[in-house]
Amino acid sequence: MTAITDTRTIAGRALRAVPRDLEAVVPPVFIALFFFIVNIATLERLTEATPGFDYTAFQMATATLLGVTGVSRAGALVLDVQDHYFDRLLLTPVRRTAILLGHMAADVAVAVALTVPITLLGLVLGVRFTGGPIGIVAFMAIASLWSLAFAGFGYAIALKTGNPAAVNSSFLLFFPFLFLTSSYVPRHQLSGWLDTVAGLNPVTYILDGLRSLVLADGMQWDQLGKALLAIAVVGSISMAMCFSALRGRTARG
Amino acid sequence: MTKEKAVRAVGLRRTFNGTTAVDHIDLEITKGEIYGFLGPNGAGKSTTVRMLCTLLSPTGGRATVAGHDVATDPGAVRLRIGVALQDVALDPKQTGTELLRLQGRLYGLSTRDLDHRVQQLRELIDLGDALDQRIATYSGGMRRRLDLAAALVHNPEILFLDEPTTGLDPISRARVWAEVRRLNAELGMTIFLTTQYLEEADELADRVGIIDHGRMVAEGTPAELKRSVGSDLIIAHVDGEAERVVRAIDVIPAVHSVEAHGNELVIATRNGSAAISPVAVALAACEVRVRDLTLRTPTLDDVFLDLTGMRIVHETEEAA
Repeated sequence: MTAITDTRTIAGRALRAVPRDLEAVVPPVFIALFFFIVNIATLERLTEATPGFDYTAFQMATATLLGVTGVSRAGALVLDVQDHYFDRLLLTPVRRTAILLGHMAADVAVAVALTVPITLLGLVLGVRFTGGPIGIVAFMAIASLWSLAFAGFGYAIALKTGNPAAVNSSFLLFFPFLFLTSSYVPRHQLSGWLDTVAGLNPVTYILDGLRSLVLADGMQWDQLGKALLAIAVVGSISMAMCFSALRGRTARG
Repeated sequence: MTKEKAVRAVGLRRTFNGTTAVDHIDLEITKGEIYGFLGPNGAGKSTTVRMLCTLLSPTGGRATVAGHDVATDPGAVRLRIGVALQDVALDPKQTGTELLRLQGRLYGLSTRDLDHRVQQLRELIDLGDALDQRIATYSGGMRRRLDLAAALVHNPEILFLDEPTTGLDPISRARVWAEVRRLNAELGMTIFLTTQYLEEADELADRVGIIDHGRMVAEGTPAELKRSVGSDLIIAHVDGEAERVVRAIDVIPAVHSVEAHGNELVIATRNGSAAISPVAVALAACEVRVRDLTLRTPTLDDVFLDLTGMRIVHETEEAA
């Protein structure tokens, strides 16, 4: 068995479990669609003073990150630990890292799927992508990679604690990441401490990158590069944490 | 010619935060043997199994399973062993069939081999149509059987069963025993079985190791271990402390040894029928009230009592 086969087998199991675990994926997409529509309805007028500003396109990035942030199989993994099924996986010749990578591969697939209804709604509401289909693919890819980078925290907590309640509490990280940033108004309209915090928040750069794909006339490579760099920074921290937690759990037996 | 060893451990040790759970255990289990690892709760049985199965790193010592070192070559060990842990290790959201197929894929079985193997296991565990239902709907006994099947998907050389019948009803227990015997007899599978049930070790094991407080206190065939206690045992329960009559019993010529445990006297003798009358007379002479006087052959429980001064109390008895 190669590492790829191991990962594919674990990912397959994780994906087969998704339809049986709809409560993990339906609420995020519902929340994303709900706030997409409500935010446009309530906040669009605030930006009317800026001629040509497309608030629907602006909000689509926020709605997408609302939908994909925190969606992961970490909750299922912690149940595997509780049901001792994690031990059964560890007793097979499958590589330890493949257990995590398989779940993460499934997460990326789920995140891509979750961006589809939000993107479709955006298209229906008149949002147009820079670069056409390539822009759509880039938008989904950035959103999914962010989802994966954030998921690492959930896996780290799952493996460190083996406690579903603790995994649920990782949702708390969601708030500073998603709300201390330019989620609702452009960055230049933020002031004081919020502007400072937004400057330090990696999600600000991810939103900028996503918005560049729906607001700008051409590909803004610098903004896309910053978005990917921000994902890489968060991802390297979360992945280091979750793989360290995996080593700790397998060592504890 | 030396028989090939399926499991070998030398000075195996495991500590948890300074507490020693397994203390310098030595093991040699021959291929094709059923080895019973007997001890009360917390004796170190499961910790030993987890080390031998590569789930837990030893703090000290060395162990090889199927010829591979558990610490330096765990992947090779995992390919050759099947394990049913004390707690069933199942995913309740999968169906039984899905779980078995996934388990087979993780061992690299081809689709064709998987189809064949799942069919074999379906007959073996006799779950019928339930195998295609979610595991969450299974009873405890069904889960235990599926767990055993998951351990057997890849036809392991060595099967580790950690208290496989704890919590099972007598019928399910008998079924597991029959299956253990069949796997050993028909496939020559080496079986390492931990248990807190003396009759289970007695019924199944070719050899038994007795562990207490992390240390191996005795090892041998059930017959050897029982012979070490004596040919026959006379058990007397008296009112009050039995200690006060030990000296009076010990001087009876037919008595090999006598021990008092609370109100219980355990008298070992080579000829029980010849010794029981003098024992009864001696007890009467000591003016103790005898509640019951029994003559029987020794059990592994007597061996355990002889070695540790305690009887094994099962989880279910503790709960009661």
